[in-house]
Amino acid sequence: MSETILLDHGAGGRASAELVASVFARHLNNPILAELDDAAVLPAPAGRLAVSTDSFVVDPIFFPGGDIGSLAVHGTVNDVAMRGARPLYLTAAFVLEEGLPLADLERVVASMARAAKQAGVAVIAGDTKVVGRGQADKLFINTTGIGLIPDGVEVGAHLARPGDAVLVSGSMGDHGVTIMATRQGLGLEAPLASDSAPLNGLTAALLAACPGLHVLRDPTRGGLATALNEIAARSGVSIELNEQAIPIDPAVAGVCELLGLDPLYLANEGKLICLLPEAQAPAGLEALRAHPLGGRAAVIGRAGQAHPGRVWLNTAVGGRRILDMLSGEPLPRIC
Amino acid sequence: MKHVDEYRDPALARELAAQIRRESKTPARFMELCGTHTMALARHGLHQMLPPTVEMISGPGCPVCVTATEEIDRAVKLARTPGVKVATFGDLVRVPGSQSSLARERAAGAAVEVVYSPLDAVALAQREPEQEVVFLGIGFETTAPTVAAAMLSADQQGVKNFSVLSAHKLLPPALAALLAGPDLRLSGFLCPGHVTTVIGTACYEPVARERGIPCVVAGFEPVDILASILMLVRQVESGQSRVEIQYQRAVRPQGNPAAVALMNQFFAPVDAPWRGLGPIPLSGLAVRDEYGHLDAAKRLDLSVPPAQDHPGCRCGDVLRGLIRPPECRLFGQVCTPAKPLGPCMVSAEGTCAAWYKYRREE
Repeated sequence: MSETILLDHGAGGRASAELVASVFARHLNNPILAELDDAAVLPAPAGRLAVSTDSFVVDPIFFPGGDIGSLAVHGTVNDVAMRGARPLYLTAAFVLEEGLPLADLERVVASMARAAKQAGVAVIAGDTKVVGRGQADKLFINTTGIGLIPDGVEVGAHLARPGDAVLVSGSMGDHGVTIMATRQGLGLEAPLASDSAPLNGLTAALLAACPGLHVLRDPTRGGLATALNEIAARSGVSIELNEQAIPIDPAVAGVCELLGLDPLYLANEGKLICLLPEAQAPAGLEALRAHPLGGRAAVIGRAGQAHPGRVWLNTAVGGRRILDMLSGEPLPRIC
Repeated sequence: MKHVDEYRDPALARELAAQIRRESKTPARFMELCGTHTMALARHGLHQMLPPTVEMISGPGCPVCVTATEEIDRAVKLARTPGVKVATFGDLVRVPGSQSSLARERAAGAAVEVVYSPLDAVALAQREPEQEVVFLGIGFETTAPTVAAAMLSADQQGVKNFSVLSAHKLLPPALAALLAGPDLRLSGFLCPGHVTTVIGTACYEPVARERGIPCVVAGFEPVDILASILMLVRQVESGQSRVEIQYQRAVRPQGNPAAVALMNQFFAPVDAPWRGLGPIPLSGLAVRDEYGHLDAAKRLDLSVPPAQDHPGCRCGDVLRGLIRPPECRLFGQVCTPAKPLGPCMVSAEGTCAAWYKYRREE
């Protein structure tokens, strides 16, 4: 087999079959995928399903803390988990640029397989297309996730209520700043790494401890500020945050200072926001902190009634201001 | 973070704000001359910590905001010129000119590249020798020396395809024009730390001595700004008007003579148009004749028809501190950060953008 991706590999002929067998089927192997038929056939579970789809175009494809493969699994698993669902299956579609080193593809697919295993999901269907050099950048991946929502779980961005406590599971901005610093080749010695991780274990623990929780959200593109604005708008509540309570890694804060970025607008790929009745906040915080991905969890604010749809920040120095949605696009292709 | 945390110390900031509230009796309007101050005041929510007697208004200190429409039109013309690649700071890309913006030209296929430093533009010219790379030089005395350094570097390395479109602005003539205008009711200036680091404090002396307006050169962290406002309040309450430096860790009264010399080596003062303030004598910088080979205005045809601003846009009044952003009829209605009509809404440091982003409930 050649050492780079050729247009042949997407033509549906012998080279395509060889690529599927030697890379995709080998790493992502499971009985459903192994049928390699036109469609995967699944048992239909009783209850409600959560479905989410996402395309990944991150540049660079390898970065400290992950790569486009693990990110394509985590991103979609997390979106499914944010509706309170238990993610079960993923599909994966690849658009490859002619000339992509096969070793890079293999590294990405192996990383996807590890991430899927860790998250407890199976990749049950897939597709590969190849486009000419310059018509895509290395590789793009689309994943679709399917999960089962347990009975009684009712979680959504529209369900926040005045009086809810706002929790985050850890430090903000790690992924966005890592991609930015890596892409710019800043040569910083700061110990930065993406937080890319599957959050379904964390959401399961949280839901077990706080069955009445209202909102789960992973603050990806647009960061904490944008996610909270969406929650405030969808739920018709205001949200008031305490800047000092928001966990931010010192290295992230330092690089943000240098680059003129605000960590509250930077993407996270392994953190969640949770809104739940204030009385359940201590139990929620305890459940988050007991989990390896929630060690730095914190209560950062609460929802209220004045100015529905608005997010306010009580600044560390004692001032107060609006925390707006992201406008413009300072960091393209972070996921 | 070392060298930053001490200037963001919550206890110290709160104490300074309390001190301002205790000591301020006379209603006072202070103008911050620098866009970075506008941003820091808004971002840290400092307005809410000040007593009703202290009002902060923004002046003409955001470089993107004061760039005249005709200067944007020239940049657009450059972008449309075959074989030319425009290198610019990111903020300028979205600023609307009379008909178009660099962002629109880029979407239509023009070569417009965002750089973080003028030296990156020189490197770009070296990487792409078949292109004429033109760096859009905007900004005040803080940026002009770094652009001069890039020109020096290009000259020394014999880079033949690099030039600068200079739309730089100088602070002292603008300050004089502001003071000469009617309607200015100011009790003090919060003077720009970075510009003053370069040019020194001499230009503020007549403002304080002859016009009786206190001047304090301020740093950019919340503690710096609150301490500077307290210094202004104390001058007002004691009936004094002096030039004081709060930002002592960076500013010397004589400025930075080496930076000024480099700037003067490559640039000479010329009359320049300011958005909002109109033409001001000797308030801009043109590339000196002996460096004509680095001057885009000499190498390329940059003639443009007379500029047209949006008729309802009141950025000019905002920049002179005559109105607050919400008093403009376009503000927040048809002019927003997502779809800016005037320059004060485009730049992250623009007065309208800061107001919209952080204070629009007021």
